[in-house]
Amino acid sequence: MELLEGNNLTMVFGGLSALNSVDIKINKGEVLSVIGPNGAGKTTLFNLLTGVYSPTKGRICFRKREIKNLKPYEITKMGIARTFQNIRLFGEMSVLDNVIIGQHCRTRTGVFGAIFKTPAVRKEESLVREKAMDVLEFVGLDDVHEERAKNLPYGKQRRLEMARALATDPELILLDEPAAGMNPQETNELIELIEKLNNMGKTVLLIEHDMKLVMGISQRIMVLDYGKKIADGTPEEVKNDEKVIKAYLGDGSHKEGRAC
Amino acid sequence: MNYYFQILTVIMINSILAVSLNLVSGYTGQLSLGHATFMGLGAYAATLFTLKLHLPFLASIILGATVAAFFGFVIGVPTLRLKGDYLAIATLGFGEIMKNILLNLQITGGPMGLRGIPKVTNIYVATAALILVIFSLNRIMNSRVGKSFIAIREDELAAEAMGINTTRFKILAFIIGAFYAGMAGGLYAFLFRYINPKDFGFMKSIEILCMVVLGGMGNTYGAVLGAFIITVLPELLRSVSPVIAQYRMVLYGLLLVIMMIVKPQGIISGSSLSNRIKRKKLLEKGGQ
Repeated sequence: MELLEGNNLTMVFGGLSALNSVDIKINKGEVLSVIGPNGAGKTTLFNLLTGVYSPTKGRICFRKREIKNLKPYEITKMGIARTFQNIRLFGEMSVLDNVIIGQHCRTRTGVFGAIFKTPAVRKEESLVREKAMDVLEFVGLDDVHEERAKNLPYGKQRRLEMARALATDPELILLDEPAAGMNPQETNELIELIEKLNNMGKTVLLIEHDMKLVMGISQRIMVLDYGKKIADGTPEEVKNDEKVIKAYLGDGSHKEGRAC
Repeated sequence: MNYYFQILTVIMINSILAVSLNLVSGYTGQLSLGHATFMGLGAYAATLFTLKLHLPFLASIILGATVAAFFGFVIGVPTLRLKGDYLAIATLGFGEIMKNILLNLQITGGPMGLRGIPKVTNIYVATAALILVIFSLNRIMNSRVGKSFIAIREDELAAEAMGINTTRFKILAFIIGAFYAGMAGGLYAFLFRYINPKDFGFMKSIEILCMVVLGGMGNTYGAVLGAFIITVLPELLRSVSPVIAQYRMVLYGLLLVIMMIVKPQGIISGSSLSNRIKRKKLLEKGGQ
């Protein structure tokens, strides 16, 4: 059953088309990876799906509802969460508060509730805290929950980004290069974490350059090059696809092949 | 003795102003150069409620603050889509417009201002108001609402991706800040018994901003400290030499330049004392 479907997605910036009639289909419960050389349009695709940009052409349906013109916060509320390629944590806030913010769209305390601290507000606050600690335990950060986010080492900051996204209770979670800059051990931990997420029933859309990670955990891979989809299939199919090999390694006819 | 009580009362009122601007600029990260305008709206509205409608003092102050909050909403909706410098310029323009409206309306007494306001504000009323403001603000800042404000300051894009309607919450911060500032304006009117549009002009906005920057952006008690210093300083100078007191604006400028070089985060920075103590405890725990 498909969870998200994007048809004919086109995004034009000025004269440059970053995405050119791309179709994407994400099935419920799968791990789908998007790969491609730098500048292929992967992050643009993410930004379209999360409402940062509205596509020039095409439509996006999430759980059978059009989300093309929704704002990012509305899309988050519908059940799509994301992490960022360049970490964007709330640096001055504690690790715990970062995760608490993730639950913003599932809670409702307003100004007057906050001032008068009604029983309902107290109850909500303790539930939010409990859930935040659960999520932190899940990603293995519960021991540093009082630390300020900006003081965490890099690998832990990446995991905190995932925890924060997870706290929004998403059905689909979008990870933008989660393994960037990680050492092999951290990458292995990340693979375990993504598998754990997937086993919980979360659908994962992944952008990644680390081929070991991509080949290991994806059920399906989609390849973009110059804003166009050039392949879509199982890791085995994609690995042997001529166009993909050409995009990554060049076809041998030019001296300056594009490195991956 | 009366003189000292008067200064203390002014410190309380200025503290409310600094604390409320700190909510908008320090916590939510939206630089406003028109904060004194909300003070002025509160002052004029509260005064008119008393002089024309003969409402009691407390009701006038609260209604005045509500009028200021309403204008906070009206000005917030179009301007808070702007970012950084653009927002600062828009708030500055709004302040000038309001000043000119107050200068030309019949009901506000034009450039003559409003006179004959009863003196009701004293040190006790002002202190109670400040305590109330700080108490409610602390409650807000520790809640879902306050955390959303800080998240917007830290990273607006990420805040939106976490499900925060950033425009709505920025407007909310503006409304709460305007409400408190309007309250301070009401107290001011009932203290000095005379108001005119010049009291709430651009220079006053800058003075409030100085308090916040000096004390420490993003810290309520820093704002109070800043208000204390900026209020007491000219009085001290006056006792040294009245000539120096005339140059107090030069001194503010100098003070800010020195602050920016020596301690740009302000005297008490955003990493509040309680945070530092917690951190120390955490480190000690780790060490054992």
